[in-house]
Amino acid sequence: MAYDWIFTALGMTDACKTDSGPLLSLSSLRNEAPSPWDLPFPSLDTLNEACAAFPKTRDFTAALEDGFLYIRPALRTVLDPLTQPLSWALDGALTLFVEMPWWILVPLLILVAKLLSNSYKVAGIVAASFLFLLFVDYYEFAIQTLSIIFVCTVLCVAFGVPLGIAMSRSDRFQNAMIPILDMLQTLPTFVYLIPLIFLFNITEPKLYGLAIILYAIVPVVRLTNLGIRLVDRDVMEAVTAFGLTDRQKLYRVQIPLALPNIMAGVNQTIMMSLAMVVIASLVSAPGLGTLVLDGINNLRLGVGFLAGFGIVLIAIMLDRVSKAALARIDKSKKS
Amino acid sequence: MALGDVKISVQNLFKIYGYNPRAVQDKVYDGIDKSAFMQETGHVLALNNINVDMREGQITVVMGLSGSGKSTLIRHLNRLIEPTSGQIFLDGTDVLAMDEETLRNLRRRSMSMVFQKFALLPHRTVLANTILAPEARGENTKQSEDEARKWLARVGLEGMEDSYPSQLSGGMQQRVGLARALTSNADVMLMDEAFSALDPLIRTSMQDLLLELQRDLHKTIIFITHDLDEALKLADHLVVLKDGYIVQQGDPQEILLRPAARYIEEFIQDINRARVLKVKSIMSPTKTKRGCSDVVQGDDTLEAVINAHKGRIDGTFAVSDPNDATKIIGKVRMEDIYRALVRPQMQHDYEN
Repeated sequence: MAYDWIFTALGMTDACKTDSGPLLSLSSLRNEAPSPWDLPFPSLDTLNEACAAFPKTRDFTAALEDGFLYIRPALRTVLDPLTQPLSWALDGALTLFVEMPWWILVPLLILVAKLLSNSYKVAGIVAASFLFLLFVDYYEFAIQTLSIIFVCTVLCVAFGVPLGIAMSRSDRFQNAMIPILDMLQTLPTFVYLIPLIFLFNITEPKLYGLAIILYAIVPVVRLTNLGIRLVDRDVMEAVTAFGLTDRQKLYRVQIPLALPNIMAGVNQTIMMSLAMVVIASLVSAPGLGTLVLDGINNLRLGVGFLAGFGIVLIAIMLDRVSKAALARIDKSKKS
Repeated sequence: MALGDVKISVQNLFKIYGYNPRAVQDKVYDGIDKSAFMQETGHVLALNNINVDMREGQITVVMGLSGSGKSTLIRHLNRLIEPTSGQIFLDGTDVLAMDEETLRNLRRRSMSMVFQKFALLPHRTVLANTILAPEARGENTKQSEDEARKWLARVGLEGMEDSYPSQLSGGMQQRVGLARALTSNADVMLMDEAFSALDPLIRTSMQDLLLELQRDLHKTIIFITHDLDEALKLADHLVVLKDGYIVQQGDPQEILLRPAARYIEEFIQDINRARVLKVKSIMSPTKTKRGCSDVVQGDDTLEAVINAHKGRIDGTFAVSDPNDATKIIGKVRMEDIYRALVRPQMQHDYEN
């Protein structure tokens, strides 16, 4: 009751009275004078003790929740149809890759790795990783994880690159986007899930799809913007002087020259998708993450370890393939 | 359009950098200088009342030290920079009145540009770099590649078509820059310190290449440089720029013999006059070779004449027309030649 005197002095004692008056505190029962040593910070809860008209912190969070629930139907009407294709894409990819027999898909993936990286070593790493995953029966989980990463990365690039290009063209848009990207990148991954759980049905794939995309899109946007802004000013002046249109400049000069940076962004986007797809198992994302979750929930140490190792293998595969592809671009575009 | 007609005319051109150039422009007309203008208004006076006529088939050299506004001036011609006020005419058409589409066409067809730092596209081969202008025009790739090969061979890069710019030396890269400008087939070539980044020997050979090309092509070339030797070697018309205004312009020989300002005098102090001055600039006109011991060509430098006569200090020579060796246009005494080598003593009192 450290702050009673303020309200008494302000003559607001009546205004503070509510039906359920403040309970008597221990110190007032003992009739002790409060020591300055124990002076509490005038937080919501403390002020509520002094004046019941103040909300408690609990009421404040409840009000936030009510507010969100109030706008939820409106948000859902807008976002639900917009994001529905994401659900279809994820479902489609999961069905397609899981249903495909391993003896088609695995050689296909090794071939893709070889074509992208142009390196037998990298193709060998991919082959060995898949053989191990097949051998320990975690192949299907791994393919689920990869399917989700594949869909999310494609969408991140499809939206992230145009966003980055728009940012590179307008300083104002860049200044507006940077705080948003900073926020997306610094928010703890769990925090993404909270509003999404309220917005969408927990069984819908787009729930985790959105969480992954929001988290992983940041690097590709940033590095596209940076890459285009880093294109030599002299070169841009030269192509302007030869009368190229903005579109010609973009497709024939800026994007090719920014490609090493854009690919570095794609590499980071892939790795961040992988990080998020594991956490997204909390909201029913299938894949190796569910095994890790099982390991935590049921204290199955071995399952958790093995699934964790599988995730490391996937991380190594994705990183090596995308880095090797990046290195090839770097080499051919070297100035 | 005939050679010698005015191709590009720059009139009353002003460029002021700063917050509100138009508001402070009135203060320029009083003939204020750059630093005073900066103090008074906080704006940079980059170009101060520029008037130049650039003639068809000639090399107009704009010379000045860094900060004189020469690069700013050349970028006004194809509107890479917009002026604060003034007019620019190309073949009598107002360049500043052009809309975006017309301007783009001008850049694609009428003016090509060569840059100090080459500004080649690093991700493209030499050949793909060279066809930039026809590509921008949307022309047939096969045809423009043939055209590009022709010009690459002309600048001495045969067999390099499939190399990347990073594999070439600086001099070769600038040859690509030159071939790129030539492939555009524009009448006007803007060259912004095109040879400044090259080694002295390479620079000389590039200057010779440019002069050789110019003998056949008769382009209208606007050449920017800070190097007086280069300017004197290339210029048909020399414009000397200082702090954004034109100190003197005219025939380079004329500027050398009759500098109009102390600034120019200082500038030409270190020039090897024997190597730059030509006989025809100091001769007295006449039509007969009576009383002359020998005939020299009008375009010969004084050094060449002195060398040819082994340093003898007497003699009178007839001067022949550079284009027609049998036609006599004047005579010159050895004494005049030696007198022309004496530097002006910076004794005159100029207005500025």
